[in-house]
Amino acid sequence: MSLEVRKLCKTFVNEHSGEKTAVLDAIDLAVENGGFVSIIGPTGCGKTTLLRIIAGLEVASSGDIFINGAKPAEPWKQVGFVFQEYALFPWRRVWENIAFGLEMKGVSTAERRDRAFDFIKRFGLEGSHDLYPRELSGGMKQRVALARTMITDPDIILMDEPFGALDSQTRSQMRQFLFDVWRQSKKTILFITHSIDEAIFLSQKVIGFSSRPATCSLELTIDLPYPRDVTTDTFNIYRRRIITFLDDQKA
Amino acid sequence: MQAILSKAKILFPLLILVLWQACSTIGLFPTVKVPSPVQIIAALQDLTVVGLPQGSILLFHCLYSLQRVAIGFMLALCAAVPLGIVFGWSEILRKMITPVIEMLRPIPPLAWIPLAILWFGIGLRSAAFIIFLGCFFPILLSTMSGVMSVDPVLISAAKTLGATRRQIFFHVLLPGATPSIYTGLRIGLGIGWMTLVAAEFTGVKSGYGLGYMIMTARDIQRSDLVIAGMAVIGCMGFILDGLLRIFESRALRWR
Ligand SMILES: Nc1ncnc2c1ncn2[C@@H]1O[C@H](COP(=O)(O)OP(=O)(O)O)[C@@H](O)[C@H]1O
Ligand SMILES: [Mg+2]
Repeated sequence: MSLEVRKLCKTFVNEHSGEKTAVLDAIDLAVENGGFVSIIGPTGCGKTTLLRIIAGLEVASSGDIFINGAKPAEPWKQVGFVFQEYALFPWRRVWENIAFGLEMKGVSTAERRDRAFDFIKRFGLEGSHDLYPRELSGGMKQRVALARTMITDPDIILMDEPFGALDSQTRSQMRQFLFDVWRQSKKTILFITHSIDEAIFLSQKVIGFSSRPATCSLELTIDLPYPRDVTTDTFNIYRRRIITFLDDQKA
Repeated sequence: MQAILSKAKILFPLLILVLWQACSTIGLFPTVKVPSPVQIIAALQDLTVVGLPQGSILLFHCLYSLQRVAIGFMLALCAAVPLGIVFGWSEILRKMITPVIEMLRPIPPLAWIPLAILWFGIGLRSAAFIIFLGCFFPILLSTMSGVMSVDPVLISAAKTLGATRRQIFFHVLLPGATPSIYTGLRIGLGIGWMTLVAAEFTGVKSGYGLGYMIMTARDIQRSDLVIAGMAVIGCMGFILDGLLRIFESRALRWR
């Protein structure tokens, strides 16, 4: 399924002081069916807010969102969301976390277990099915979070700096892992990251946000064949363009 | 270190008892006002075997008191937990209800006794009502604060995973508030137990109950029986809390 955001604006109004904060300013972006687009931009510019609006967790001030050309009434039913903070339910074991969406749909316990265990195997979580989230490493937590989202089979997956809290080695493993998942599942993914390498490695298109209020100030199509090699000269050219862009935002 | 601590836990109370007994034996405490531990143990035996008044043995006093507490506490639990979740969730309802709660809460449960007797008569129902009042507010307030402390991102996550509002209530807010609910239950049960005994001082007719037993001991001026009764109240309170703690650690294994 494709995703399109048109002229999206968001201004937060403080309940008490009435003070207004413009966060998103006429955001336009599109992710085609099965596409992978990354957003990169300074902290606090409104990236999370954009994803929350797309998922229907927050209301836009103006502008439109189209999923497969139509405005969804209940977007959270069509999009999956992978949160920066993992957002695992601490009182549920790994397999119960993964099976949450199925449980909400009323799928039987036996089938939930089967399907959750299938993901546990595919996501390299063997042996940890009965652990609680506090017993997992960051990388494992994010695998559980991704599995929990994938099991509900959403058309579009929104990912908010999913690897932001991981150490760099785990992070590049997860980058590769996400790449494999994407290639196999052919999901439409909108991905937020702080990591320039992650964005270039994974995306067909990188969008750069300006500092607040965010506008789409950079749109860079990554014209490299998959799988990509971060050590090549062409990779470096893209890297330099994004670094220059981000430096300009600070100035 | 652990071993020393666990021994100290037992040795320290024993030490106090021994000192107490020593003071009594050398005549430092007048036995009528402060009976010695040995006398109290004898009194305990009297209560268990002979009963006070004669025939009303300790076991039955305990069971009657427990029954009153159990009913009042269960009623409070069933009312306060769902209400607490609703008020914790809905800011509008919370704002509406908070002044009412804060006005009712400082009224001691015992002040309700006249009304309780008017409404329910003297007996189990009015005792349960008084205990209900004692347990209700701590459970309600802890549940509310538990719900308010649930990480909003978990609610967002549940929503994007297809949970309805009802499912969010049962699968996110309730389990998320459970640690705080248990704290409330323990405080509530403690207050309920204290309230009960005090209520039995005044309003029981059945002739059973630990509070009633102590008042009977007072009437015959037997401080040893009074203290024995107090000791039983303390021990039962301790055991009740211990039971709740066992449930708590089972339910909160994920922490
Ligand atoms: N519910 C809210 N009410 C008021 N301001 C908010 C709210 N959510 C986010 N903001 C503000 O919007 C800005 C963008 O936040 P966010 O989207 O989280 O940024 P990013 O994810 O790009 O770091 C921040 O300045 C933040 O303080
Ligand atoms: Mg963010």
